Amino acid sequence: MKAVTLERVEKTYPDGTRAVRGVDLAIEAGEFVVLLGPSGCGKTTTLRMIAGLERPSAGRIRLGGDDVTHLRPSERDVGFVFQFYALYPHMSVRANLAFPLECSGVARAERERRVDEVAARLGLEPLLALRPRALSGGDQQRVALGRAMVRRPSVWLMDEPLGTLDTGLRLALCEFLRAEQLAERVTTVYVTHDQEEALRLADRIVVMSSGEILQAGGAARVYDEPADLFVARFVGSPGMNFVHGELVAEDAGGARRLHPKPPPTLWGRAQRPPEPTPGFTLSAESSAALPLPAAAAALAPGEVVLGIRPEFVALDPASPLRGRVAIDEYLGAARCLHLDTALGRLVARVGPDEPATHGAEVGLRFDPAHVRLFEPATGRRIA
Amino acid sequence: MSAPVLEVRALAKSFGRARALDGVELELGAGEILVVLGPTGAGKTTLLRTLAGLETPDAGSIRLHGRDVTHAPPRERDVALVFQNFSLYPGWSVRRNLEFPLRAPGRNLAEEEIARRVARAAEQLGIAALLERDSRRLSGGEMQRVAIGRAIVREPALFLMDEPLANLDAKLREALRVELAALVRARGVPMVYVTHDQAEALSMADRVAVLSGGRVLQTGAPREVYLRPRSPEVARALGSPPMNEIDAVRRGERWLADDGTPLCTAAPSAPERARLGVRPEHVAPEGGPAPAQIEVVEDAGPHRVLVARFAGTRVHLLAPRTFGARPGDTIHPRIAGERVVVWVRA
Repeated sequence: MKAVTLERVEKTYPDGTRAVRGVDLAIEAGEFVVLLGPSGCGKTTTLRMIAGLERPSAGRIRLGGDDVTHLRPSERDVGFVFQFYALYPHMSVRANLAFPLECSGVARAERERRVDEVAARLGLEPLLALRPRALSGGDQQRVALGRAMVRRPSVWLMDEPLGTLDTGLRLALCEFLRAEQLAERVTTVYVTHDQEEALRLADRIVVMSSGEILQAGGAARVYDEPADLFVARFVGSPGMNFVHGELVAEDAGGARRLHPKPPPTLWGRAQRPPEPTPGFTLSAESSAALPLPAAAAALAPGEVVLGIRPEFVALDPASPLRGRVAIDEYLGAARCLHLDTALGRLVARVGPDEPATHGAEVGLRFDPAHVRLFEPATGRRIA
Repeated sequence: MSAPVLEVRALAKSFGRARALDGVELELGAGEILVVLGPTGAGKTTLLRTLAGLETPDAGSIRLHGRDVTHAPPRERDVALVFQNFSLYPGWSVRRNLEFPLRAPGRNLAEEEIARRVARAAEQLGIAALLERDSRRLSGGEMQRVAIGRAIVREPALFLMDEPLANLDAKLREALRVELAALVRARGVPMVYVTHDQAEALSMADRVAVLSGGRVLQTGAPREVYLRPRSPEVARALGSPPMNEIDAVRRGERWLADDGTPLCTAAPSAPERARLGVRPEHVAPEGGPAPAQIEVVEDAGPHRVLVARFAGTRVHLLAPRTFGARPGDTIHPRIAGERVVVWVRA
């Protein structure tokens, strides 16, 4: 039996905005699912419908086997953590933690035991007697997390619980949350716009845009085999590079070649790639430097979008595909070189000690094993 | 460095009993981007407000272009401040919002000059097509561009930015940080930029100042602060996953963890007891002398993050995506001895 099931769930607001459009999703018991997407993609509305804080305009929601579509939040066995922690200001940390247990009628001794256990795990013991306003933002957020975790609901629902925290604390809590979820095996639905958080936490990532699910899959799957241009651009930091072109048949045997061309104005759901940089022209050799996956042989000639992740764009002085480093971003463990080329702006992820920097002219090579192809009209991946 | 644009000496500011700034020292060269990195409550916003003249320091001095402005009012400083919570005039067009600071009393700019500055800023920020649009009809990213545009059109001597991207989606933040740094560099105007986002600090800064509890813990090029953090506290401010910290003793030319696990080579001049700082990318999963047990494997995009129980503690390491490993597997972490940072142990 699935822990959470959404069937054709819709949410249309009175002003006509369709926030969620026909979402189907089945979540296994014990699974950690992350709803990922930009502001306005419908991820939070979806979560709030699971919690019962919003009523779907159509469709059905089940928790376990029960249809809860029309049940109030209190009638559903869910624990909810918001981005903006709402602690009761007049209660101590201990009382805040115990409150959900009190509400569900747990006996005092058991309450104390659970609170002590959660406080120990979250390192909150020294704070138990304090009021929320004496705590730092990070400590308040840990208490809010603790309050959701003190109960063992059948589902944890988390709306950007780490959203307002500093990086160090975020990472620590991320790992804590994952370890805790793995230990307790509580089904979790977690909403974020941060793809790194999603990659690190999820058993399964559900990428949403404009109220629809574009792809649901494991982190490696979504990263390596994005369903469409939007997913390819949104997941990854920075996202995938795109080159628009025309797939032409080189010979009767099926060999294909890509002739790059400027992209049309409307271009799937993703932002279209920037214009080519003046000064760099495409030669016949540089076009030959664009490798295609073997599956391209089976594709009909026509317009395609080639996609390649920045870590698979290597610098190679011998390559005929030339570019100039416009921006050199140092990121500690790696660097991102933003390159002006005849194909538009491309990003190469290189080692921190790569000598090329601002202004350098470089050659680029795409790793053929990691080239992906998309259909420009629909954005869907085709190879 | 030629004569600094900004010189901050022994700056102190308290609110009641809370000490927000505690002897802050900073210098900023011509055209330089200085990123002040620190957690919530470190004093970042107070520092910027003090530089802008919106707060008066209790002690210390601020010099702009050699002139002491410690007690000068904001309008005499020629600085432009951008806040995290930007506010545009609703119902006004983007153009009118951008023109507004240029029409302030006492500015007396010619109409052509106003038009020129607005056009240039709009072009650089990619909002030229939005100039006639009502500011209420902009997306969050567009609004923040306009807010930054309002600072740029003033052509100030110094930009002060207080987490201007913090309210935006992660994806938009990533794109805008690149654009913003490039734009400020192209203008050649120096900037103090405060943030708690370490990726912004590393990628945008010429120099990073790590602020904590109102004090600057370390200042240096991003690479220097990342690779040679002066203390564990600085190390923790940068890096994702975080730098590993392992307590160790030196036996001749080797470091041993406190539990006796052999770690890596040591310089003979190193102290006998130390805390070692090791970046996850400087630990290879195999090739080392001692075993470790994998606890967690995460696919983090270009690489795989492993968390392993090793040398009596938990260490993070980066492995290639092709490295097949599962929780429970045994690996032999190899630490690059020459990359290790040695701190005195308390």
